[in-house]
Amino acid sequence: MTTVTPPPPQRAARHLRPGLFTYAVLVLFTVGSLFPLVWTAIAASHDNQRLAETPPPLWFGANLLDNLQIAWSDANMGKALVNTVFVAGTVTVSTVLFATLAGFAFAKLRFRGRNVLLVLVIGTMMVPPQLSVVPLFMAIAELQWTNQLQAVILPMMASAFGVFFMRQYLVNALPTELVEAARVDGAHSLRIIWHVVFPAARPAMAVLGMLTFVLAWNEFFWPIIALTQDNPTVQVALTGLGRGYIPDQSVIMAGALLGTLPLLVAFALFGRQIVGGIMQGAVKG
Amino acid sequence: MTVSLKSAPSASAEGADPPRKAAPADRRAHRRAARRSRWYRRDTKWSPYAFIAPFFLFFAAFGLFPLLYTGWASLHRVSLHTPTEMDWAGLHNYTRLLKDEYFWNALGNTFTIGLLSTVPQLLMALGLAHLLNYRLRGSMFFRVAMLTPYATSVAAATLVFAMLYGRDFGMVNWALGLVGVDHVDWESGTWTSQFAVSTIVIWRWTGYNTLIYLAAMQSVPNDLYESAALDGASRWQQFVHVTIPSLRPTILFTVVVSTIGATQLFGEPLLFGGSQTGGASHQYQTLGLYLYEQGWFNYHLGRASAIAWTMFLILILVGLVYFLVARRLQKSH
Repeated sequence: MTTVTPPPPQRAARHLRPGLFTYAVLVLFTVGSLFPLVWTAIAASHDNQRLAETPPPLWFGANLLDNLQIAWSDANMGKALVNTVFVAGTVTVSTVLFATLAGFAFAKLRFRGRNVLLVLVIGTMMVPPQLSVVPLFMAIAELQWTNQLQAVILPMMASAFGVFFMRQYLVNALPTELVEAARVDGAHSLRIIWHVVFPAARPAMAVLGMLTFVLAWNEFFWPIIALTQDNPTVQVALTGLGRGYIPDQSVIMAGALLGTLPLLVAFALFGRQIVGGIMQGAVKG
Repeated sequence: MTVSLKSAPSASAEGADPPRKAAPADRRAHRRAARRSRWYRRDTKWSPYAFIAPFFLFFAAFGLFPLLYTGWASLHRVSLHTPTEMDWAGLHNYTRLLKDEYFWNALGNTFTIGLLSTVPQLLMALGLAHLLNYRLRGSMFFRVAMLTPYATSVAAATLVFAMLYGRDFGMVNWALGLVGVDHVDWESGTWTSQFAVSTIVIWRWTGYNTLIYLAAMQSVPNDLYESAALDGASRWQQFVHVTIPSLRPTILFTVVVSTIGATQLFGEPLLFGGSQTGGASHQYQTLGLYLYEQGWFNYHLGRASAIAWTMFLILILVGLVYFLVARRLQKSH
């Protein structure tokens, strides 16, 4: 929403050299960022009794596999993970596809009502989910979709943020002449999409895909209303754990670990790209 | 790129049509060209709508329509058990809300938790971004590490923090005990619980905002710093007089986004104590949580809708204020 000029080629603050203090502060915050996650794994590797002792455990115990197993079966984390992979995957593919098509239209094509529609998209980009749960709940009650995955997939399939993100990217990344040249050469719209837009948009599509997957994986408010513990997503299952479904603290931590691990692995692999994507979106958005 | 090459033959064939060709063939080619150009005109005119249609269909069905319908439902008495039967109630849900002490309690909590989480979070993010803007070893490692909490879901993070803040065996109390502080009952106190809930938000979002600020800092022209250094400005002075003013729009943006996030805060207070009341005396119940309690535990969907629209109106109000501030900022430049 802010308009910041794109970064000039040279890096800012080159002349500033970091001292020991800089590193100390950064290391401190890094430890602070990672510690709760490490501690989740530590707590998940002990039994419940050990967690009720002082001092609390600071290193791994031997119970990790047992706890993971209990979380997997008794807390339904196994089913939750499968469901969540399906939900987040479907949501990601459709969001990226719809956002690229619409973002391209908003960025490069002229049509009546373009500006009004774009303002509408931006204006509603950050409307909280609370504003739609009641009608959505009425709808799934009517359709008898309670506890079915499509009830959580469909409302997430179109993302206003995604459209805005792709538009901002394509405005600069896709030369208008290229689209016009393709048209003059007689390419119809679908061909232009396939051979011109998709290749140009690919980096942004990848970033949007990763961000969407993280958001869909962590979607919380609507799924806990639409689903139950019989057919949960990860967040629904974790909510069940948090509300006393299983009183065992170490199992709760094992569940939290299971539900977070896939994203942590993704971060270890694609962290650089995700960081780049957020920073890019920040400058352009 | 490839498309221009692939479709080139057909285009050049049309253009280079030799004039001495037989007349019927010429006419046929002419007709075909006309048809094609008509087709292309239609394609150019309507394809934009086809491209935005999938998004807008879903957007209308699952975004815009529910938003408006929530407003309609807020004027009715609707029970969770029979969600399709609506009795007209006028503004009753709203007037009732104004007399409801739990509503005001939730509004106040949302405000204080919002302040407690947003202000330190953004200040720390600014400082961290400044440090990350130095030429660093392992700069990417720091960035990824600080963004990791962003990948952790509200549910997982809150479960972990609830344990860390445990009264008897929590790590926080243990650490405090090492320096001689008595055990704190984080969950049952008003300020302590709101502080604890805020730290979850801070933990999850500081890294994200750091990256946003860092991106903006990297686009500040280098010569601004150089001339400031020539004028004898210290690092701190450069930060205050060069970095902060250049970042104003970005700071405003993050404040807006954080405010919106704070207004709808829900998962953290729900799972911190595991109950929709937000503590035994509702001491950390937020508006989002109160909506959930009214709708899905007290079965009043109409009231829940009224709370949702109240949130919406608050956000519009906040948005207007920010808009005015942004305009003032632009003018003062």
